[in-house]
Amino acid sequence: MAAAAAGRGPGSGPGDSPEGPEAEAPERRRKAHGMLKLYYGLSEVEAAGRPAGPDPLDPIDLNGAHFDPEVYLDKLRRECPLAQLMDSETDMVRQIRALDSDMQTLVYENYNKFISATDTIRKMKNDFRKMEDEMDRLATNMAVITDFSARISATLQDRHERITKLAGVHALLRKLQFLFELPSRLTKCVELGAYGQAVRYQGRARAVLQQYQHLPSFRAIQDDCQVITARLAQQLRQRFREGGSGAPEQAECVELLLALGEPAEELCEEFLAHGRGRLEEELRSLEAELGPSPPAPDVLEFTDRGGSGFVGGLCQVAAAYQELFAAQGPAGAEKLAAFARELGSRYFALVERRLAQEQGGSDNSLLVRALDRFHRRLRAPGALLAAAGLAEAATGIVERVARERLGQHLQGLQSAFLGCLTDVRQALAAPRVAGKEGPGLAELLANVASSTLSHIKASLASVHLFTAKEVSFSNKPYFRGEFCSQGVRESLIVGFIRSMCQTAQNFCDSPGEKGGATPPALLLLLSRLCLDYETATISYILTLTDEQFLVQDQFPVTPVSTLCAEARETARRLLTHYVKVQGLVISQMLRKSVETRDWLSTLEPRNVRAVMKRVVEDTTAIDVQVGLLYEEGVRKAQSSDSSKRTFSVYSSSRQQGRYAPSYTPSAPMDTNLLSNIQKLFSERIDVFSPVEFNKVSVLTGIIKISLKTLLECVRLRTFGRFGLQQVQVDCHFLQLYLWRFVADEELVHLLLDEVVASAALRCPDPVPMEPSVVEVICERG
Amino acid sequence: MEDDAPVIYGLEFQARALTPQTAETDAIRFLVGTQSLKYDNQIHIIDFDDENNVINKNVLLHQAGEIWHVSASPADKGVLATCYNKTADGKVVTCAAVWRMPAELEPGGHESPEDAASPAHALELLCHLGPAAHGSTACVAWEPAGDGKRVISLADNHILLWDLQESSSQAVLASSASLEGKGQLKFTTGRWSPHHNCTQVATANDTAVRGWDTRTMSQIYCIESAHGQLVRDLDFNPNKQYYLASCGDDCRVKFWDTRNVTEPIKTLEEHSHWVWSVRYNHSHDQLVLTGSSDSRVILSNMVSISSEPFGHLVDDDDLSDQEERRPEEKSQEPPQDSVIATYEEHEDSVYAVDWSSADPWLFASLSYDGRLVINRVPRALKYHILL
Repeated sequence: MAAAAAGRGPGSGPGDSPEGPEAEAPERRRKAHGMLKLYYGLSEVEAAGRPAGPDPLDPIDLNGAHFDPEVYLDKLRRECPLAQLMDSETDMVRQIRALDSDMQTLVYENYNKFISATDTIRKMKNDFRKMEDEMDRLATNMAVITDFSARISATLQDRHERITKLAGVHALLRKLQFLFELPSRLTKCVELGAYGQAVRYQGRARAVLQQYQHLPSFRAIQDDCQVITARLAQQLRQRFREGGSGAPEQAECVELLLALGEPAEELCEEFLAHGRGRLEEELRSLEAELGPSPPAPDVLEFTDRGGSGFVGGLCQVAAAYQELFAAQGPAGAEKLAAFARELGSRYFALVERRLAQEQGGSDNSLLVRALDRFHRRLRAPGALLAAAGLAEAATGIVERVARERLGQHLQGLQSAFLGCLTDVRQALAAPRVAGKEGPGLAELLANVASSTLSHIKASLASVHLFTAKEVSFSNKPYFRGEFCSQGVRESLIVGFIRSMCQTAQNFCDSPGEKGGATPPALLLLLSRLCLDYETATISYILTLTDEQFLVQDQFPVTPVSTLCAEARETARRLLTHYVKVQGLVISQMLRKSVETRDWLSTLEPRNVRAVMKRVVEDTTAIDVQVGLLYEEGVRKAQSSDSSKRTFSVYSSSRQQGRYAPSYTPSAPMDTNLLSNIQKLFSERIDVFSPVEFNKVSVLTGIIKISLKTLLECVRLRTFGRFGLQQVQVDCHFLQLYLWRFVADEELVHLLLDEVVASAALRCPDPVPMEPSVVEVICERG
Repeated sequence: MEDDAPVIYGLEFQARALTPQTAETDAIRFLVGTQSLKYDNQIHIIDFDDENNVINKNVLLHQAGEIWHVSASPADKGVLATCYNKTADGKVVTCAAVWRMPAELEPGGHESPEDAASPAHALELLCHLGPAAHGSTACVAWEPAGDGKRVISLADNHILLWDLQESSSQAVLASSASLEGKGQLKFTTGRWSPHHNCTQVATANDTAVRGWDTRTMSQIYCIESAHGQLVRDLDFNPNKQYYLASCGDDCRVKFWDTRNVTEPIKTLEEHSHWVWSVRYNHSHDQLVLTGSSDSRVILSNMVSISSEPFGHLVDDDDLSDQEERRPEEKSQEPPQDSVIATYEEHEDSVYAVDWSSADPWLFASLSYDGRLVINRVPRALKYHILL
């Protein structure tokens, strides 16, 4: 098989797959080939390739080329028996005969074929001879034709050239005709108003005219054309300037003018100038609406009109400009931006003026809607004219208005609060005049608190409109962050609470005399109000604000505790001031009563002086007043018969001047060691000390101030015997009634002790009254 | 000298009147007048021995009556004026008189402080300041820089200027003015300004402070409702001519510029009861002393409105380099008004405080129970001011 493969030769195709039926076919073919090759002496290749087959060189192979009959015969004779020789012989004979017959058949067949072939060749020979003649004729004819043809071409050559030339001239002439007709056509176009057509003609002819302008005739045409074009341009400009037509037509005009090769820069200017004219018209009409004399339309209408008129116009101009002058590049855009900026700023100025007029108004929803429209309208050109910064400016205006609005609300709240206070003042002043029971303090307090709170809520609600979702500017960073935290929370709410505290504190700061103009009840009420704010209202309001406005944490905000501390401080100051004022009222009474009396020549006391009764009455009234707003508070444990106890002690045993210092041995007076020791250990009395938020503390403060005044006044006077006794009686009376008001009754005792002791010192003839008599007088009074 | 502990002296009687001996510039000496209705009143001359921290006293009898006010002559150490109560026919009248101390007890003669047992000397009356027709005298003020010849007394609503003649034995009414108005106006106190060639006097009545020109006896300025309540005391800044301090029953001390009387420059509210007395330090006017019936004495540093708001200006030439740096450091820290100290040695109302005329760092305060306390400015502050 390997040999078969080698023998296949180069042309034998896919010989690498020798198995299968295909393998047999080449085998057969090779056998046939082999025979032919053998016949033609091409055996050397084959010979090398088939060692296994019958050897072609085998001299005994009958079919082999190298068959040697002698060898074959020898071999047969030597090897075969006779019978076999016989057989071979017959077989050989038979084969020879068959071969002979075959050969004969073949020869015959081939002969016939050869004869017919010879006939055919002969016939062909005749035919060719005929054909050759024909061909010779054809060649001569062709030569004649060629000759003729050459001749004809030679004759026609001249004419052809002329025709070509003429055709060229014709085309040129048509062009020339167009050119010559151009002026008239242009004129016609211009007359007909077909500017577009005219511009197209002009555009077509321009280059040619430009090229041939050195020729006088063309030059004339060109001049004509230029004149017409100029007229055209002028007309276009005229039309452009007339401005009656709308912006799209104008844009067309500009487009044509541009096509006419008018300088774009100039056109820009003119276009903008024209746009400016129209926009200024809008602005003027807006300004006219602003004018002081005609009743201004409401702000919504105004911004609407401004939005559709001015902003719409500006949009159109800008859009047309950008379309027309896109080629102008950044310089053109810059020009447009400057244009928009300038007009925009004027528009904004107008809007701001209008909005300023609105500041006095109270309808927030209308304002917010107007601002919304305003802002919304400006967002479109804002996108178009980013460089002009109109949107930013608009946002700025809205922010400013919002800020001003906040300020206005703050003022509103403040004035409402002041109004409340005025009402309270009137209410406080009224019942005294009418003599009947007016609204109680608690009721007034509730009124003030509720009305203030409702004002705050109303303001919050009103301001909240600015951050409503549907409002176009509510998602601006300002409105999301700063407006909520700094604006609403800090400046409005916190600001109001602070200003409220400040207002309240101002009542304390006014110096004594003027402070007296503030009704003490108002001080008390404000103090309670501040305290209530401290305990509940502030945190409530701030929580409300935080919830409504979702205050973000990026800005530092005033914590509730700080505000509460401020409110508490205010409440404390107010209450302290209340104590001072009330104490002053009572001490003035006591002081006048001490200063104006001639204590030396007074009569023996029979009664408690009316002033003392008045003091007790007033103190009781204050007690009631404070009790309306403040809780009772704690007092020290009282002894059951406190009113009796101490008085007898000091009235009997202390008259002999307990002031004699113990460290002066030469002291001429008796020393009351007990009282001095008591004084050593008793705490120093802070007369004007801060008070606690309860009734007892307030009353204690007032009584302390009053009694200290009494003491100081007594020390400035000189008393006769009966004067001293009167003081004794008065003090006992005060003792009887005042102890119940104070936290520590010992305090009252101590102060009254000192008063009587001082009076005794200031008396040249100190003879105290019998305590029993004193008690009798007091009980009678 | 080592410690700043206060020195306490007790009088047997109640006392309100206190003054330094103005003419004395060497010894630390205070005069205290007592108030007693039953016994003879006294002037206590209290010498403070700074080195030994000891008090020496001399007692002079003042038999005319209880002393409400005392003021020492700025020129003559031995002369003083008192306002005293006289009770006659069931009436109390406050009179004023000029007195001379007995010669042997005059300051400078320290020879007999021990003889407390010997009968006390009495003051020698020089002259009465007028008949009592003008009313009760509230206060007597000497011309600060004068020769001790001119005295102002305030009686009810009159302001009286006296010329003392013939070595003060005779008082001649030079001029007078009176305050007219609704109700009973009554001067409570007055001070003579050391500035303007001693031509100005300030007085207080009720809540108002008024300035007077002594040449024409006319009002120059008036601070209406200077305090919410009664004005108790006044004092002029010794170094700044228009500056005036006042105090009163509204517990406040206020500082005024008399050129602008609508608003005080500064208000202090440290006391918890009426402020009875206010005094500028004679040399360092940032030091202000106040006494109140809350029994406290407060020393304040009012450096921002003083004549040395940036600290003591030191001449560079006088200082070595090392010392030179200290004022610079000091001037860098901004001066702050503050309370320097609160003195709580008193147990009763303090009605009078005053600085010593000899030692600018030393002051005395007097409470009603007769306790006189002598204190010093804290040493740290003293060095701070000096250096």
